Amino acid sequence: MNILAIESSCDETSMSIIKDGHTDLGTVILSQIDIHKMYGGVVPEIASRSHVESITIVLEEVLTKASMKIDDIDAIAVTYGPGLIGSLLVGLIAAKTIAYIYNKPLIPVHHIAGHIYANNLVNRLEFPLIALVISGGHTELIYMKEDYSFEKIGGTLDDAVGECYDKVARVMDLSYPGGPSIDKLAKQGNDTYKLPLPLNDSSYDFSFSGLKSAVINLVHNEEQRGNKIKKEDLACSFQNRVVDILTKKTVKALKEYDVKNLIVAGGVAANSAIRNSLENACKQHGISFTVPPILYCTDNAAMIGAAGYFAYKKGIRADLNLNAQANCNLEDLL
Amino acid sequence: MEYKITVKDEMDTIELAQNFESEKFPNMIICLNGELGSGKTVFAKGFASALGVNETITSPTFSIIKEYDGELPLYHMDVYRLDGNTNGVNIEDYFTKDGVVIIEWADTIKDILPKERLDIKFKVVDENKRILVIIPYGKQYEDLCEAVL
Repeated sequence: MNILAIESSCDETSMSIIKDGHTDLGTVILSQIDIHKMYGGVVPEIASRSHVESITIVLEEVLTKASMKIDDIDAIAVTYGPGLIGSLLVGLIAAKTIAYIYNKPLIPVHHIAGHIYANNLVNRLEFPLIALVISGGHTELIYMKEDYSFEKIGGTLDDAVGECYDKVARVMDLSYPGGPSIDKLAKQGNDTYKLPLPLNDSSYDFSFSGLKSAVINLVHNEEQRGNKIKKEDLACSFQNRVVDILTKKTVKALKEYDVKNLIVAGGVAANSAIRNSLENACKQHGISFTVPPILYCTDNAAMIGAAGYFAYKKGIRADLNLNAQANCNLEDLL
Repeated sequence: MEYKITVKDEMDTIELAQNFESEKFPNMIICLNGELGSGKTVFAKGFASALGVNETITSPTFSIIKEYDGELPLYHMDVYRLDGNTNGVNIEDYFTKDGVVIIEWADTIKDILPKERLDIKFKVVDENKRILVIIPYGKQYEDLCEAVL
């Protein structure tokens, strides 16, 4: 079964054709850089969202890449939320239009379900599993008993982990996005700054706002005293606290839910320290560890196509009344 | 008119937000400015809890706009990432949806803000203490400050 998948929840316009939920026959991701090339000029991030025409270019490209015609497609999967409403709508209208004109089933996919199923493009998911979804907008622990069954057991109460990295990087005058720059710097530093372990309790929830404030206060205080911050050391200390709390709560979930598999998903899954710590913890507990390749960590339609296949098998369909939703729960359309 | 309020910790900020909530009206616009970690989201959390929003208010930095159901709808925004470019986000639409709009980093989109609104600037004094500079624009917001402050 070939699914044409469409993802436009944030800054990337992406389409992909996925066979049977695991084989990527062709993926096109139109990021800002590609737009610069294609249009020969700088198009700001937000303006790109209103570039509705890019979606037709992506459609043509993905069909060419997979050497297919629309007739070869069995169903259309689309991200309906969460995300920026204006962005989501572009992909959603395209999906509805294609589904309507060519009379194909329409499958609504939650963005986070997509991130989780990105792993299915690498290894078949083994159930039951715990998924840790970490990105610029999300920090969630999800329990999956079987395919396309999601139970959110915890999440952030304030800032997402990627967002916390970005904001800490801003305070430290490091480049955006903050994740890679802090990760790189941390490798050259030592854990010398005292920072709190945020929301170190028995829940599965996270709070990164306090850690962010602690870093900001530390920087201000040192400045006021006329001391120079050792950026490598601060990056290392900050990253270690993030790694500590993510690992601690994830391991607790792995044990309590007695699962065989941990999957990590989302853009922050590319962070080497977080990846290594979780991988080691899994090794210690004899649990298999899956993380998607970098290409599938950030936003892409391949993951939506993979998730869409399993949603389809579960009988999940939408009609043309499907609406984009800025906020929605993973459990909503099950 | 300009009010200067000193808050000694997060609880103080929450309390102040709750006091503003008690005088809420449809299409109330509250603009928050101040550096990272100065308490903007804390204010929004305090306001939302008084408004009867059951969901956890998480940072809107990534998605730019988050919507919640309360006694009035709450539209919580962080416009920092827009870098002043509001094309395609339709922020203005939210000013007349009969809800309460709380905008973090509102100074970056000054051109499209309604003339009548409440501005709150968070200034960091130390780890916990903040000075809030509150400026009402328009009669409705002047009355609001009279009632609350």
